[in-house]
Amino acid sequence: MPSGPMFQQTLTPGIRAERIEKRLGGNDVLRGVDLDVRPGEILSILGSSGSGKSTLLRCLNLLTVPDRGDIWIHGEKLAIRVASQRGGQSSVTDHRQVRRVRASMGMVFQSFNLWPHKTALENVTEGPVLVKRIRRDAAADLGRHYLGKVGLSDKADAYPRHLSGGQQQRVAIARALAMEPRVLLFDEPTSALDPELVGEVLRVMAALAGEGRTMVIVTHEMAFAREVSTRAAFMHRGLIEEESPPQEFFSSPVSSHLRNFLASHR
Amino acid sequence: MDGFAVQFVSGLKTTVLLALVSGALGMALGLLAAAGRLSRWRVLSRLVGFYTTIIRGVPELIIILLIYFGGTVAISAFFGRYVEVNAFLAGVVSLTVVFGAYTAEIFRGAVLSIPTGQIEAARSLGLHPWQTWLLVILPQMLRIALPALANQWISLVKETSLISIVGLTDIMRVAAIGAGSLRAPLTFYLAASALYLTLTSLALVIFHLLERRFAVPGR
Repeated sequence: MPSGPMFQQTLTPGIRAERIEKRLGGNDVLRGVDLDVRPGEILSILGSSGSGKSTLLRCLNLLTVPDRGDIWIHGEKLAIRVASQRGGQSSVTDHRQVRRVRASMGMVFQSFNLWPHKTALENVTEGPVLVKRIRRDAAADLGRHYLGKVGLSDKADAYPRHLSGGQQQRVAIARALAMEPRVLLFDEPTSALDPELVGEVLRVMAALAGEGRTMVIVTHEMAFAREVSTRAAFMHRGLIEEESPPQEFFSSPVSSHLRNFLASHR
Repeated sequence: MDGFAVQFVSGLKTTVLLALVSGALGMALGLLAAAGRLSRWRVLSRLVGFYTTIIRGVPELIIILLIYFGGTVAISAFFGRYVEVNAFLAGVVSLTVVFGAYTAEIFRGAVLSIPTGQIEAARSLGLHPWQTWLLVILPQMLRIALPALANQWISLVKETSLISIVGLTDIMRVAAIGAGSLRAPLTFYLAASALYLTLTSLALVIFHLLERRFAVPGR
């Protein structure tokens, strides 16, 4: 398989991350991670807490700027000024590019992060209106469409505080979808939910997976990862230690860390 | 006392105008200062921190005197002859500086109380920082800041009385003159109190209405 920046820059759609390093609060959270996500792939990233999986996901849309390493999104290399040797923060250098790239990658957070002073519909439509300059009435149609898609047509005018956690997360998914992104990033989308509400969110995500969308999912839901993903990756201490199709991944794990991890999550 | 009714009306106008002008300017300064304090640019953040700490730590009366006399010295030096600073102007400048320092801290606290996840959600959609500011931060920040702002406005109305020390003919100065010339201090100071109380009550009512208007929807 060809690799190297020159080649990938023009040939790789989807996501490519090379040698990503990130140090946070004195810990090496990411220690040179490589990651490839091809269009149409559904990649689940598993690993115990602190293994760096959320940080890796956040690096892909630069909510967290890596200290070192290169990222290509849809073949476009992200402009990052890396941290100097003597410390200091690495930073984004092309803010316009970052906004464009973020708009093309929907993100769903563990804690939903809806805006409490906006209705469900407004939460969904603000992105298209402000970023894609879609007219308010057209955006409202778009918003209703995606709220319908997550089964919340009747909650358009409800404020987040009147929605259950599962409903809030589905609004958040509709908010990401309304931007019509090329990739969806999920950062532990069900971890903050009561057990009885997890199912409704996973069902929506499974339906999205069935549409052939490109998805990167950081999750602890083993059964879901096994059934829905096309590939699973296991992170351990800031590196991807093993990745394979879900059947192999769950049935015949190679690394002892992954075996222990799977055993403890049965 | 009759002649003093007219004086009180004119004093009242001066007090209200002084409070409104320095309050509006002070809030604008406070917003800018809060943004500066929260800025990633450390030098700016420190500088603003220095400003709010100093101003909040020195009595308002001294700040007023420093700005009045300092301003007079500076402007006189500039023109090469003695120029006395206008008392109203000195009042606006000093109260703005004071109000800005206090509201900066109020706004800063309000911004910090907005969960960062909400801001990250806006950024993850590709919003420009100022769009994030207008959509997520400002509307929620104002609502959170309103109760503290109400207190600060009440303080401001009362602090305007300090400007009478440099000769501004506001409610306080009218009362002081009347109390002295008619030898009826109680009457005049009670009248002044009633006027200040009316103004602060009015401010409270306005803020109460604002709080209702900006309440979290659907609660």
